[in-house]
Amino acid sequence: MNALTLWFHKIGSPPTFYRIAGAFAPWLFGVALVLGAIALYGGLVMAPRDYQQGDAYRIIFVHVPCAWMGLFAYAFMAVNAFIALVWRIKLSEILAMASAPVGAAFTFVTLVTGSIWGKPMWGTWWTWDARLTSELVLLFLYLGVIGLYHAIEDRRQAARAASFLALIGIVNVPIVHFSVNWWNTLHQGQTVRLMGESHITGAMVWPLLLMALATHIWFFASVFARSRVGLLELEGGKDWAREVALADAGDAMVTSHV
Amino acid sequence: MKPGSTFGACAALVRRDLTLIWRRRGDALNPILFALIVVALFPFALGPEPDNLRRIAAGVVFVALLLSGLLALDTLFRGDYEDGSLEQLVLSPHPLALLLACKIAVHWLTTALPLLLVAPLLAEMLNLPHAVLPVLLAALALATPLLSLIGAVCVALTVGMRRSGMLLALLVLPLYVPVLIFGAGACNAAQAGLAFLAPLLWLGAGLVLAIVLAPLACAAALKISLS
Repeated sequence: MNALTLWFHKIGSPPTFYRIAGAFAPWLFGVALVLGAIALYGGLVMAPRDYQQGDAYRIIFVHVPCAWMGLFAYAFMAVNAFIALVWRIKLSEILAMASAPVGAAFTFVTLVTGSIWGKPMWGTWWTWDARLTSELVLLFLYLGVIGLYHAIEDRRQAARAASFLALIGIVNVPIVHFSVNWWNTLHQGQTVRLMGESHITGAMVWPLLLMALATHIWFFASVFARSRVGLLELEGGKDWAREVALADAGDAMVTSHV
Repeated sequence: MKPGSTFGACAALVRRDLTLIWRRRGDALNPILFALIVVALFPFALGPEPDNLRRIAAGVVFVALLLSGLLALDTLFRGDYEDGSLEQLVLSPHPLALLLACKIAVHWLTTALPLLLVAPLLAEMLNLPHAVLPVLLAALALATPLLSLIGAVCVALTVGMRRSGMLLALLVLPLYVPVLIFGAGACNAAQAGLAFLAPLLWLGAGLVLAIVLAPLACAAALKISLS
């Protein structure tokens, strides 16, 4: 076995990942909060007013990064679901299932901020626009995955079934997007591009991209924290989980004596 | 023991499923009654003005058939799972996807085809213009097998569960959205005097794709939930 595969197997073993994720998660949460705060300041205070939408447009600094994350989380979940189904790696099952609620939350925030933005701009909380509708379907897909995962008793079988559903979903997401577009559209077009000229000014772009970075880091922090719990649940009978539990109990005893 | 030919196995399976359904032929009426009642509820809710009903007729018929098919999905594997023959099917030396394709085909023939036959009646109840009826029937003929195939994959995932009804709806309905959009879209376009061929062709393309892929996915899902 060469060094890279060895490293990969090591990372993939539950106790190692539990330790590494535990070391990383608090830092990631902290960095995400700081970056998010800077991005919010840049977006809400420093960025200029929009000549058409006034200050109302500033919700994009939350709305757009969350929308990106909704899709990113689904892709992350699907990749892990694929690995879990093909190579039966326990850690991938846990990661896929840990990213589902986080992605669902981001999608939900996207829908809520979108409708808050829609009220002053379009004059309505909700309209059957193409992107809103496909975002709603995306939320339902997430909820289906979460629902299926919790409906099956055996944790590993549940993860495999939900992973399979996630993969069916990823085939469906582009179809839904296309069909809904064909059906009806009102949403504004793409305004931020990595390649070529963006349609919005630089003072608006940097907070947006920084916020996107912050949400990505937050996503991984949250997934790490969730998968640690998932790993403990799954491996409850194993030695390493018992050691972790005993160590925690020891800590608790020490603090209670102090 | 030497296993028989794959074709023989498929034929036996089809014959068995059809016999089982024929012995309980009263049950076959239930989806029709359900669709009839759902369609009858709309005039009560929206008022009896023919113009109103005419505008929504195609969509309502589509949704009624979709919901009725959703309720019928549960029977696809339920009986076989309970008496253990589903496990025998999975263990058989013949390709599981092919056997499942036969089961899905029989299920479509016995639950969706009768619905297709009463669709003109449903459309008439809602005053659908007669010129649109052929488009509606064509869209339903393409859409219902597609719905059965997609539904079969999801039902295979929930096969061991005791109360899977609501969960199944949550899994299946988001996947049904594109089918509904294209199917009902074709009818609405025809009603508005626009070109309706493109969505029908998309439905046909989706059906061809699903006929090839859905039985494979269904087999994989079944193996996961029976493992």
